[in-house]
Amino acid sequence: MEFFRFRRDIPFMSWGKYTTTISLLTFIIAVFFLATKGLNLGVDFTGGTVMEVGYSQAADLNKARNTLAGIGMPDASVQHFGNSSDVLIRLPTKPEISSAQLSEVVMKALRQEDSVVEMRRVEFVGPQVGEELVENGALALLIVSLGIIAYLAMRFEWKFGVAAIIANLHDVVIILGFFAFFQWEFSLTVLAAVLAILGYSVNESVVVFDRIRENFRKMRKASVEQVIDNAITRTMSRTIITHGCTQMAVCSMLFFGGEALHYFALALTIGICFGIYSAVLVASPIVMLLGVTREDLVKIEKKETKEEAVP
Amino acid sequence: MPNFYGESPAIQISPMRTTDKADTSLLARVEGILKKNNIPVNGMLFELNSVKVRFSDTDIQLKAKDILQAGLGNRYVVALNLLSESPQWLTDISALPMYLGLDLRGGVHFLLQVDMKGALSKSLDRFSADIRSSLREEKIRYKRVSREGLQIIVKFRDLESRDKATDEIKNNYEDLSLREHDLEDEFHLAVSLKETALKRMQDSAVQQNITTLRNRVNELGVAEPIIQQAGADRVVVQLPGVQDTAKAKDILGRTATLELRMVDEEHDVSLALSGQNPSDSELYTERGGGPVLVKKQVMLTGDRINDAQPGFDNNNRPAVHLNLDSNGARTFKQLTRENVGKRMAILLIEKNQKEVITAPVIQEEIPSGRVQITGNMSISEARDISLLLRAGALAAPMDIIEERTVGPSLGAENISRGFNSTLFGFAAIAIFMTVYYLIFGFISVTALGVNLLLLIALLSILQATLTLPGMAAIALTIGMAIDANVLINERIRDELRNGISPQAAISAGYERAFGTILDANITTLIAGIALFAFGSGPIKGFAVVLCLGILTSMFSAIMVSRSLVNLLYGKRRKLETVPIGQVWKPTNNKR
Repeated sequence: MEFFRFRRDIPFMSWGKYTTTISLLTFIIAVFFLATKGLNLGVDFTGGTVMEVGYSQAADLNKARNTLAGIGMPDASVQHFGNSSDVLIRLPTKPEISSAQLSEVVMKALRQEDSVVEMRRVEFVGPQVGEELVENGALALLIVSLGIIAYLAMRFEWKFGVAAIIANLHDVVIILGFFAFFQWEFSLTVLAAVLAILGYSVNESVVVFDRIRENFRKMRKASVEQVIDNAITRTMSRTIITHGCTQMAVCSMLFFGGEALHYFALALTIGICFGIYSAVLVASPIVMLLGVTREDLVKIEKKETKEEAVP
Repeated sequence: MPNFYGESPAIQISPMRTTDKADTSLLARVEGILKKNNIPVNGMLFELNSVKVRFSDTDIQLKAKDILQAGLGNRYVVALNLLSESPQWLTDISALPMYLGLDLRGGVHFLLQVDMKGALSKSLDRFSADIRSSLREEKIRYKRVSREGLQIIVKFRDLESRDKATDEIKNNYEDLSLREHDLEDEFHLAVSLKETALKRMQDSAVQQNITTLRNRVNELGVAEPIIQQAGADRVVVQLPGVQDTAKAKDILGRTATLELRMVDEEHDVSLALSGQNPSDSELYTERGGGPVLVKKQVMLTGDRINDAQPGFDNNNRPAVHLNLDSNGARTFKQLTRENVGKRMAILLIEKNQKEVITAPVIQEEIPSGRVQITGNMSISEARDISLLLRAGALAAPMDIIEERTVGPSLGAENISRGFNSTLFGFAAIAIFMTVYYLIFGFISVTALGVNLLLLIALLSILQATLTLPGMAAIALTIGMAIDANVLINERIRDELRNGISPQAAISAGYERAFGTILDANITTLIAGIALFAFGSGPIKGFAVVLCLGILTSMFSAIMVSRSLVNLLYGKRRKLETVPIGQVWKPTNNKR
């Protein structure tokens, strides 16, 4: 079985104008939503308390809301989590009640309404910890980007490093854009997914670049554009299969992983889809744009041993 | 390997105090109690100064815990635990099962921040009490000793006393730096902590807090607690399996300590009540009594307490019996000798709330260092106070700045979710690969399976904490590990398409793909390492698994699948076809 039967190289590079426009457009849209709506930052970053409580039957959210308002927490957000019997309660940080007591107070109030309510999870993050996490997250993003540029510059050429990182930051911004647009909760786990995507989709660019380098050696007479087209076409099938496989694992997480892994898997899904797109149609045009030449990669001229079959 | 055996619920019984030993007689007692109550036991063992009893399910375990706690009394800690079911020989070669994080086994995670300012002012209070008593002992006359901000100011009437005091302090307290300055009719000595001492004090404050927390957690009866320092001034506390978070928080967060001060009898209480508080005194309410005016000067603090036990006084009222250390006993002796007939106040400080428990009149000099506090308290209050005093005071107050509690049912759910994600992800990929690449696909899947086993084994060996994000990383690793195999297989097809002989195609495929695999994986590894360096808690777990997964996947894709291929095809001289699925050749290949 073989899915991909390319008769000739697909002229990806000649589409460069359109794809760059599309990328730029999606990028701007993503930035627009990030700027206007902002990320719905989870409790990890903002500080505050999240509680997950389980009822024995479908929970009455209004009743729970009233109960919480009764103990002086009208600003608590109450919603179903996963299924109808689980309820997620979000409480902002309160200076007058110590965090340690907050969850106890809430549980006590809820138990008075319904004695079988079960405490499933409490997460409290102090404001200073939240700030640190934001800082560390940004720092991690920076370090990963620099590390990848440095590595690719060493292995290939700085132009490739820059192109790969632009392509992947484009992915990251688009993931963030999705989270901003749908107002999905951006938690620590999602951040981990985003950073993993950053490392992972660079793979994609690396595989294409690897082929480009090889082609520069083999296809002596071809133009840069032809070389890149050929590289992409020949790696196309592996790109799709690999990402398909990874996506299978991610889908299995999306379906069986429950609420806790839901947004994690979602971020990965978006990242993988755009990862394919950006490696093929963003990174390579940028490499072209930066004016890559054969001499950048093939430094030592070797005697040709074999006649190359170049159209 | 030990992961296959799982764990069984158990109860761990250990003596409350380290001086008591768990021995075979305890084992016999436990056995007796359980037999009397008809509780089936799956096995008992005796290790590391504790007795462990296995049960078949958690219901029996919980029942047994209550019965044992009642039967053994409060000299023993009875804690719920999980014991690995792996056979002894596996444990002997230190093959341990994976260490599950709190989000999988249920429990509480706290991040506590030590309030260094509080620690500093507390230690300065102690120093001023010490300076006062040594000056008195050396008969050096001083006007007063007071703490002002981060300094202790000692005031003298004449120069000569100050010089003597400077010598005295210099000789006895090497942590303090002194600075003299003169006012019109007073000679001041400003005492502050040296820079090095300050740093040491901060370190030891964190250390002491950790010790104190450990003592308190032991009193709570938690199996395998983790209490460790995180950063300069933070402490992580993890209590697996703890259900009663309210109690845990209460015991951890309490900063009960005692202060001994003199009652201000020179000023009028009623005047203070109307708002005219004398500058060197504070107004408190005595427990079950009226208001008292207490001097600000602290004579003795709670860290001089060696032991505290609840009990009764001669009139059969609940009391706390204290034992002071030698330094404390000396100070207390001096204090009581000089103040016979006067009232002293014993203050209990909890969460920055001070309360006078009792303010008795000193009847006579107390030389022994044994103090009995009776006030208006109940028996259980006396027990609580002595527990907190005994477990040690916190050197500095602490605030909970992060808390994550996971109920046990959610933990079990998380395990099955993580397991299912991995299983179904693996199955889907396995089916696809075998269909698409036939035998070579099967080889890839085998390599992937080896990769999974290796990863789990590695996690078990390193005893890395497995969290839910960690399980997600395992599932993700499977998806990413296949990348290497796909690269190799596609390369082999590619080479075949170019018309190279099967054997050569295989070896060329592996060789050429290697560079790409390396590059691709190293970039992911960079991301993984950065996550590990900057992440916290759950993210760290994710990063560890991701990094290990990349390493094992490189190993398995390159080594394992290669050797399998060699094993299958290496010996055949003539290989006609490669069972790697259909290799389609472009018919109108212009090249």
